[in-house]
Amino acid sequence: MSGNLIDVAVVLNGKKVTASVAPDQSLLAFVRDHGCKSVKCACETTNCGLCTVWLDGRAVLSCAVPMVRANGHEVTTLEGLQAESADFARCMAEEGAEQCGFCSPGLIMNVLAMEREIRDRSVAQGIEPAMPTEDDMNAYLAGNLCRCTGYTSQRRAIRRYMESRFGAASDDAPVRAGEGE
Amino acid sequence: MSMIVTRESERQGLTHIGARTVKKDAAALLAGKPLYTNDIVPADVLTLKILHSPHAFARIVDIDTSRACKVPGVVAVYTYKDVPNKRFTLAGQSYPEASPYDRLILDEVVRYVGDEVAIVAAETEDAADRALKLIKVDYDVMEPVLDFTQAKGNPIVIHTEDNYHVNGAWINNDRMHNVVASGLSEHGDLEAAFAECDIVVDETYHTLADAQAMMETFRSFAEIDAYGRITVTSSTQVPFHVRRMVANALDIPQSRVRVVKPRIGGGFGAKQTGCNEIFCAFVTAKTGRPSKIIYTREETLASSNSRHEMQLHVRLGAKNDGTIVAIDLYTLSNQGAYGEHGPTTVGLSGHKSLPLYNHAKASRFAFDVVYSNTMPAGAYRGYGATQGLFAVESAVNELADRLGMDPCEIRLKNLVTPGERLAQYDDNELYSCNAADCLRRAMEMIGWADKPLRQDLGDRVRGLGVALSMQGSAIAKIDIGSVDLRVEETGFYTLSIGATDMGTGCDTILAQFAAEALRCDTDRIVVHGVDTDVSPFDTGSYASASTYLTGMAVLKAAEQLIAELRRRAAGFMGVDVNDVLFDGDTMLAFAPGTLEVPTDGDKPEFSGIYDDVEAIARSYHLAQAAPDAEPVAQMSLIELANKLVAGGDGDCLTAHAAASSPTSPPPFMSGIAEVDVDKATGKVSVVDYVSVVDCGTVVNENLARVQAEGGIGQGIGMALTEDVQYSDTGRMRTRSFMTYKVPTRLDLPNIRVEFAPSYEPTGPFGAKSIGEVVINTPSPAIASAVAHATGNYVRTLPITPEKALFGE
Ligand code: FES
Ligand code: FES
Repeated sequence: MSGNLIDVAVVLNGKKVTASVAPDQSLLAFVRDHGCKSVKCACETTNCGLCTVWLDGRAVLSCAVPMVRANGHEVTTLEGLQAESADFARCMAEEGAEQCGFCSPGLIMNVLAMEREIRDRSVAQGIEPAMPTEDDMNAYLAGNLCRCTGYTSQRRAIRRYMESRFGAASDDAPVRAGEGE
Repeated sequence: MSMIVTRESERQGLTHIGARTVKKDAAALLAGKPLYTNDIVPADVLTLKILHSPHAFARIVDIDTSRACKVPGVVAVYTYKDVPNKRFTLAGQSYPEASPYDRLILDEVVRYVGDEVAIVAAETEDAADRALKLIKVDYDVMEPVLDFTQAKGNPIVIHTEDNYHVNGAWINNDRMHNVVASGLSEHGDLEAAFAECDIVVDETYHTLADAQAMMETFRSFAEIDAYGRITVTSSTQVPFHVRRMVANALDIPQSRVRVVKPRIGGGFGAKQTGCNEIFCAFVTAKTGRPSKIIYTREETLASSNSRHEMQLHVRLGAKNDGTIVAIDLYTLSNQGAYGEHGPTTVGLSGHKSLPLYNHAKASRFAFDVVYSNTMPAGAYRGYGATQGLFAVESAVNELADRLGMDPCEIRLKNLVTPGERLAQYDDNELYSCNAADCLRRAMEMIGWADKPLRQDLGDRVRGLGVALSMQGSAIAKIDIGSVDLRVEETGFYTLSIGATDMGTGCDTILAQFAAEALRCDTDRIVVHGVDTDVSPFDTGSYASASTYLTGMAVLKAAEQLIAELRRRAAGFMGVDVNDVLFDGDTMLAFAPGTLEVPTDGDKPEFSGIYDDVEAIARSYHLAQAAPDAEPVAQMSLIELANKLVAGGDGDCLTAHAAASSPTSPPPFMSGIAEVDVDKATGKVSVVDYVSVVDCGTVVNENLARVQAEGGIGQGIGMALTEDVQYSDTGRMRTRSFMTYKVPTRLDLPNIRVEFAPSYEPTGPFGAKSIGEVVINTPSPAIASAVAHATGNYVRTLPITPEKALFGE
């Protein structure tokens, strides 16, 4: 609900954006109002993951972030990661891992966030970044719903992409795919 | 050469059919481009919100909107007093629809919790929300019929309005007894057949009103065009049917309505029923302003449509050796408050399950579809077949267990085979069927021979279960698909379609058909759809129709276009058209007599089904007979195309073709589930799922695979977690993803899918359908696996931990 408007300023995909908004306006509504239509909404209960964006480089559910909290921070949506997401998008397309594509932007944001987190963590620990296991990937991405694919093709695409980044893991069972793989 | 294949032996030679062509819109979708309905709403659009009924059955005595109208930013509030009093249906079906006309845009009587009471139109969402709270409604609350098993003949009658209308007597509507439709189909002498049986499984099964739960909720917007017509942009599977619904609802001519379909975020049948298009069209017609309506998840779950809840009573009679002799199925289908898809979905519960065991000496299928004061049912992937197969396949599994027979073996013993005429399926001849191969291969994949049906693993028990599935490919003699195929300057093609890609990739599939037929790259086929002003008529994407039916229309259009291109090229080159071949890039003219005229031996094996297919086959064989001789003249397609769009001798060529099929060839599928039941908690986890699909020729392996994996995923949700619940007063309890549990990636294993393609002679390049058959195996396969693990046969879905552990 409205109430008094507040002035907010965020850096949205590298550009400073200022606006007067209701303090409880969601970041989801805000980024869509500012042209970032890749960010989708499929629930009101923080259950779908389609609204995933990055707040200061970390994946968040934009529907659950009020503008008072986003104020002063850096916000990234898929619009701002076109080049960075191209390789993963290609893996998705080639595995047929998008059907309607409605859930794809949120998934892409979270997969790229996961990749980033693996790198950051290994830098902090001073070790080589390693390929995540299938369980890691499922757990990390559990909040990203998809009704079309049954997740199997997404897993193939994610694994393929992560392998291209981190090399194949030796101790993890390969993703089982059907013929034609 | 034109290259239209109509024979199995020729399938190997195809270039684009069977390729893993990436979807034409994949790059844009994966870049997050603004392509869906809510991404492209016009500026200054009014936001609409609906006031939903809190009562399951009530008459509106008084409704006061005066305070709501005063909220700043509110433009109008509409109630039943403002709308035309002409009934219609929201079912996306060919005219005349089988579903009764029992709706108004807003009605004085509300018939379920969630029914629409008022529409608020406001400048902002905030204003609309505030106005909703200020509408004062005085209801005369009536006692509802909430239990659908008590609906038939109940003294409480749900539809008593005098302008209720039914299009056809064949549905046997008896609304004064709450009966939407009823029917009976029999073959053989049932009682004599049962008298022969050594054993009869007599059980009742129950499936719920599952939500389709596509990620993009229902949404649409309307605006007025330059000619004063209403343009509705909608996330729909059925643009042409929506045009009719909107015209009927607003009581205006169809010519005043245009419907545009952008990209769709999933449909699964939900969007084969109109939803909120009528509201935005109505408001825009009233105000002259663009308006949009975006349903919340809650509205989508609790105020739209779902699968039909069904109670299915099966009597399955067999000999001690496992031979199935008699099947008797009675289906009671819960229609909910309004009649969309009622008379038709129920039919599939028998017509798409009993034919698997077509050798039975006798069968009977009877049904009633009843109104109740719950959310209306509509279409959901599988469309009744899912419910029917849960019952029939479960009964077959129970029969096997009672006889101590292997459940796969009992199927292989009784399974339908190619060449049979299908009783309970219009008596159609079955041309293509690899059902047995589907089952055998799935057994190999899971290692059936070496695995016990039950395995104790300490803290869990592992069980194995199997099921088969069939569906149709388009509705015989009712569905129609049509396309326009145009050759453009420089020799590319524009393919205009009325079929609606809802994420399923039919734009790409149809481009593959065109590319194969025209012998060019798919990049040279530009696909356009759907805009009812521009696109050729198509009944829409449902009933697994797009690949099979619209695909055939593409082939026919390509064939016509090639014939015309040859004729024009012959004219330009000064040769006889019969001496010209088209190889995809060039028109080649040969000396007279060089090209062989096809003989009767080239007649396809399936002649007599469908004249057009024979014409296409002949043309193909003419092209196949390409001679070694040097051409005497040639003309490139580019040159020809450029000449055709120039003045003088030009003539912009468009081929139009439509397809409608006299038959609806069934795809088949097997599914085997391996599940673990936790001994302490009862939690059922699917640890492996294998499946083999016979969808005829696989047109695009990636798209077919994701259809299968996705359908199985939905089926697993239906089997285990999607538990629709109502309160005692008829309010749906499962109104968010918090309570309505669709599977997450933690709930699904890697689904293993293979194909066992038969060759369907009436389909384009041998293709049948795949979209729906894929959802049907998980429920019965998992139920049987759980029964093997725990001894508990769960006959009411979903299989919750309590039911798995303690039985029902
Ligand atoms: S919209 Fe569903 S989690 Fe944000
Ligand atoms: S691709 Fe449609 S919801 Fe994921």
